[in-house]
Amino acid sequence: MKITSKLLLSTTAFMLAGAIPAAAAWQPQKPIEFVATAGPGGGTDNLARAVQSIVTKYKLTDQPIVVVNKGGGSGAEGYVYGKASAGDPYKVIFGTSNAWQQPLVSKVAFNYTDLTPIAAMAQDEFLLWVKQDAPYKTAGDFLKAAAATEFKMGGAQSKDTDEVLTRMIEKAARVKFTYIPFKSGAEAAVQLAGGHIDAHVNNPSESLGQWRGSTQRPLCAFSPKRLPQGPKVTATEGWSDVPTCVEQGLAISQYEQPRTVWLPGKVSPEQAAFYVDLMKKVQATPEWKDYIEKTSQVDTFLTGATLDSFIKQDLEHVKQVAGEQGWLLK
Amino acid sequence: MENLQSLLHGFTIAVTVPHLTLMVIGVLLGILVGVLPGLGAPNGVSLLLPLTFGMQPVSAIILLSSMYWGALFGGSVTSILFNIPGEPSSVATTFDGYPMARDGRPTTALATAFGSAAFGALVGVILITFLASWVAQVALAFGPPEYFAVYFLAFASFVGMGGAAPIKTVVALAIGFAIAAIGIDTVSGSVRLNMGIDELVKGVSFVVAVMGLFGIGELLIAVEEEFQARAVSSRVDWKEVFRALGRLPRHSIALLRSAAIGCWMGITPGGPTAASFMSYGIAKRFSRNGARFGSGEAEGIIAPETADHAAGTSALLPMLSLGIPGSATAAVMMGGLMIWGLNPGPMLFVDQKDFVWGLIASMYVGNIVAVALVLLTVPVFAALMRIPFAVIAPLIVIICVVGAYSVSNSYLDVVLMLGFGVVGYLFKKLHYPLAPLVLAIVIGDKAEDAFRQAMLMSKGSLGIFFANRLVTTLVLAGIALLLLPLVLQIVRLLRKPDEAAHEKVRII
Repeated sequence: MKITSKLLLSTTAFMLAGAIPAAAAWQPQKPIEFVATAGPGGGTDNLARAVQSIVTKYKLTDQPIVVVNKGGGSGAEGYVYGKASAGDPYKVIFGTSNAWQQPLVSKVAFNYTDLTPIAAMAQDEFLLWVKQDAPYKTAGDFLKAAAATEFKMGGAQSKDTDEVLTRMIEKAARVKFTYIPFKSGAEAAVQLAGGHIDAHVNNPSESLGQWRGSTQRPLCAFSPKRLPQGPKVTATEGWSDVPTCVEQGLAISQYEQPRTVWLPGKVSPEQAAFYVDLMKKVQATPEWKDYIEKTSQVDTFLTGATLDSFIKQDLEHVKQVAGEQGWLLK
Repeated sequence: MENLQSLLHGFTIAVTVPHLTLMVIGVLLGILVGVLPGLGAPNGVSLLLPLTFGMQPVSAIILLSSMYWGALFGGSVTSILFNIPGEPSSVATTFDGYPMARDGRPTTALATAFGSAAFGALVGVILITFLASWVAQVALAFGPPEYFAVYFLAFASFVGMGGAAPIKTVVALAIGFAIAAIGIDTVSGSVRLNMGIDELVKGVSFVVAVMGLFGIGELLIAVEEEFQARAVSSRVDWKEVFRALGRLPRHSIALLRSAAIGCWMGITPGGPTAASFMSYGIAKRFSRNGARFGSGEAEGIIAPETADHAAGTSALLPMLSLGIPGSATAAVMMGGLMIWGLNPGPMLFVDQKDFVWGLIASMYVGNIVAVALVLLTVPVFAALMRIPFAVIAPLIVIICVVGAYSVSNSYLDVVLMLGFGVVGYLFKKLHYPLAPLVLAIVIGDKAEDAFRQAMLMSKGSLGIFFANRLVTTLVLAGIALLLLPLVLQIVRLLRKPDEAAHEKVRII
């Protein structure tokens, strides 16, 4: 079934190829592959599929789009694939900040400089979560208790965003956590609901169901201002009711995970420009707004120099934490 | 009885013409992806997902879950006919299903598999219907030490129950653990055992391993043993389908035991793979025909199939009520739920009654539709066995190569798959069991993660495995199974003089 449809697609692609005038800016001439650097069902996969459905719905390109998952090795599989496809403008890689964070701490065979950055399209926020029946009302209470006994903090993966944030909290509040890495934030959320760990720093969408189901609640958000007001999550509270961590005396004013889009290296500026433009068009649709709201992310669009400086800044920051923890590769 | 009322309400949603049509379409597509190499349920459901965005959530989930049932049934077809398991959970079905099919009884093998699978699924759904809230609580009790204890129990049941010499089982397990360790390590975040090959960072896919071990390995053996055309003369016999189903009640103890193991492993997040392996191992030990397992014994098909489907079905409950997907397919469906604007979690049962109970009702109806459709296809699939070996052998090679390549469009996987073929051949030749190797490849890294997470929590003390009743019971049961062969041997030694005397009498 797959093979026939691919054949059909390429035949259509072949016929269309003759029809498009060569004088216009670069246009794709064959099917495009969206590579999600995560397994099916995760946040990165959802983004790739959301963009795919919007592009298809509004016919933003004539070419068909196929989403493939290459989530092995915490996403390294997808980035290595992108590196190996240098010069191929028909592979679009969807990832997170681990594109530049992972090469710092693990011996993976890629670096973000092997890829062409297109855009950062959405930012996932982080919150500090505890079990529903935990005695702490504020982040201050929690940290006071954490100073007395060593708490177990869960998170997705090791030496990745969740652990970096955990170590930042340790430093800011002068406490010590035992960090326990799980495969995903969803797994950490279930472990918290079962009382096997004391806290985690999940993104809103990873723990939304549990908050609504009264098994865990957020203490504070690692954001400079309160999260945008959406529909109420529980009967009485919504995201905008969660205080910022700074309000509660935990001095980490901003920590976000950007969802990033890349092309392989060595593509032409015209090819990169086509995809920047494509993502901009996607972002202007009501379906995109809907996706952002449903996944409780923050809409953002960084590209070009702003994206470069964002990456550099984040990289410096992670390098510092990783250096202090002794994670950096020698 | 509130649940029963909700269920009846659910039936009014599920049993409507559009939804029944969706079920038939879903099941047929599912059988197709289950039978086609390298597709499988998770891929099939991902491909279908974008089509559901415009649908009502309940219609969408009915379509996707029907596809899942179809794919589960379809996956057993290739396990039985070609010794190529499509999903990790149908590996155990090959042990007796394939020999039975080779023996000229493909119709019996398929019908037995489908019948017992349907029974397992039914028990799973009934469990969900009546114990939804209780079951959700059980899953919450599972932290890292409990997870490890469940995996330990699955491994131990193989050492204690497997047919091969325990030491060979341990060797096979150890090799499996080493293969499972390839790639990024969750706990330390570092790359392990990639032997300088950048692509190995993704780890070794289960599909690649089993296609080689079973598909190619078996082929090499077959080629060596008899290089002549080896067609199985199977009659296409409708009556045999019903006869095989009629024989199922004779194995009611095996059915019930396997369903119980399946449900238990589905709720406690051991999953369908561990369930089918454990059920097979235990059936082998306790069945009267235990010695004949591996040569085409009906109970050897019933045990893994019933447990697999009971676990696969009951594993949807933790996904809905807690947001823990029990399998790759469940993970894709969970992604779907989010896109449809639903959030899995305890509140789903309160806020989205129509969705939840519509889905549960559709599980009853969908499984009936699925089993009816697959039974209809039995004679067609069984006829495939009449194709001469000289034709089918190259086809199997093509299936395996395409299947391995399509996992992540990589030639490395094809090479690995062929390498596993050689390993499979050597294992067979040297009488090492393949099942523990596969089990370790599939759940080895999960077991390792759980163990190390537990060690982090306890700061290195093994006491955490005896910290509460649940985990203590699991660990002790595992140790007991592990020691079983040793104890049996001692008992035999003690009774030997006596037995030897008997033997003598008989010989005379």
